[in-house]
Amino acid sequence: MTPNPISVTELNLYIKDRFQKDEYLNNVLIKGEISNFKNHYTGHMYFTLKDENSLIKCVMFKGYTANLGFMPKDGMKVIVFGTVSVFERDGVYQIYAKGMKQEGMGDLHEEFEKLKLKLEQEGLFDKSHKKSIPVMPKCIGVLTSNTGAVIRDIINVSTRRNPNVYIKLLPVPVQGAGASEKIAKAIEIMNEQKLADVIIVARGGGSLEDLWPFNEEIVARAIYASELPVISAVGHETDFTIADFVADLRAPTPSAAAELAVPNILDLVQKIQNNERRLQNGLKKKAEIMRLRYEKCMSSKAFTDPLDRINKNYMLLDKQIKRIESSTNMKVKEKKTYMVEWIAKLDTLSPLKTLTRGYSIVEKNGKMVKSINDLNSKDKISIKLTDGEKQAEIL
Amino acid sequence: MEEMNFEEAMEALEKIATELEKGDLSLEESVAKFEEGIALSKKCSDIIEKAEKKITMLLQKDGKLEEENFTVEE
Repeated sequence: MTPNPISVTELNLYIKDRFQKDEYLNNVLIKGEISNFKNHYTGHMYFTLKDENSLIKCVMFKGYTANLGFMPKDGMKVIVFGTVSVFERDGVYQIYAKGMKQEGMGDLHEEFEKLKLKLEQEGLFDKSHKKSIPVMPKCIGVLTSNTGAVIRDIINVSTRRNPNVYIKLLPVPVQGAGASEKIAKAIEIMNEQKLADVIIVARGGGSLEDLWPFNEEIVARAIYASELPVISAVGHETDFTIADFVADLRAPTPSAAAELAVPNILDLVQKIQNNERRLQNGLKKKAEIMRLRYEKCMSSKAFTDPLDRINKNYMLLDKQIKRIESSTNMKVKEKKTYMVEWIAKLDTLSPLKTLTRGYSIVEKNGKMVKSINDLNSKDKISIKLTDGEKQAEIL
Repeated sequence: MEEMNFEEAMEALEKIATELEKGDLSLEESVAKFEEGIALSKKCSDIIEKAEKKITMLLQKDGKLEEENFTVEE
């Protein structure tokens, strides 16, 4: 016994030091079941690892959790790699985990990835091979267990969307040995007799082993070969199976599959009504256009005032006549003035005019006497004055 | 048109509605298309209305499939 007592801290530090000097405890592999799992918001994971008789605390710091590839949860059987050390504040020893693997899962994961790669390369996941889901399937084939929540959810959602839905359930085991063969066979049966317009392959959530039949090649090939479109709905939204990759459509849950397969009847009825309205409006529009054309046509002058053209031509004719008339009048007037001018000229040259000034014209035997020598005694002459003529005799 | 399924009828209906809306057709063609469209619309409605609720389960019996009414066990 040491005479001088040491502090608790000193003791814990001493124990910690002993742990750290132990090579085995520095690199240890432990298998056990997770319980009390806490994914702290800081990113560190705290949990307890246990077996039937014993337990030990575990912590995995943020730096290591990123490489896990899965989310640990209570009840999961795992193999932890890490260091056992002392947390001196609490006086406890615990595992500081650096790595963790799901026990027994390693093989399945590997198998999954291998098959996925193989089928992908073979083209089983090709988008071009995927069939479209009918808008209004007459019959929906469901491959799942005839008991449990899955078929109930599918029926509930389907009948809610279409109260007159036709669902054919072909019951299949969805887990355990032989399930994959039975699922594949059921897909074949549905196809052989064309028992539905679309197939839903469904299963509720579960562990990777539970979902395993949907990761088997035989199911993948049956889905690929199916002429009827296949909707896969296996597990929860976060679970992906090979069946999901091959299926024509992946639904995150069985309820979602029902929503994808069964149309909402009210939507369809509305769609039909919309189209009928479009037809009516289209025809109405056409009739309206034709009516406008007709009205435009009928409102043209030819129909509203057929005499208009004739009247217009009459008016033109009248105008022409007037023009001819007025130009004729002009000509007549011109000639008149011309004549008056000449008459005036003639007038000034006329001998009659001279007579008015007091001159007279002497004629003998009808001839004008211009010289005294032409006249002899006793000649009968006529004297013309302006207002008449008289007979006379030369003395 | 008898063999048309819902989608085909709906597709044809939508195509006719679009054609009619464009207004490029003559009046006679428009009327003919309208009548065709209404028939398609009726076809769609018929498919919906004639459906009957059926929930069945297929069972293998003596190598033959038999269809039975199915109700969910609560």
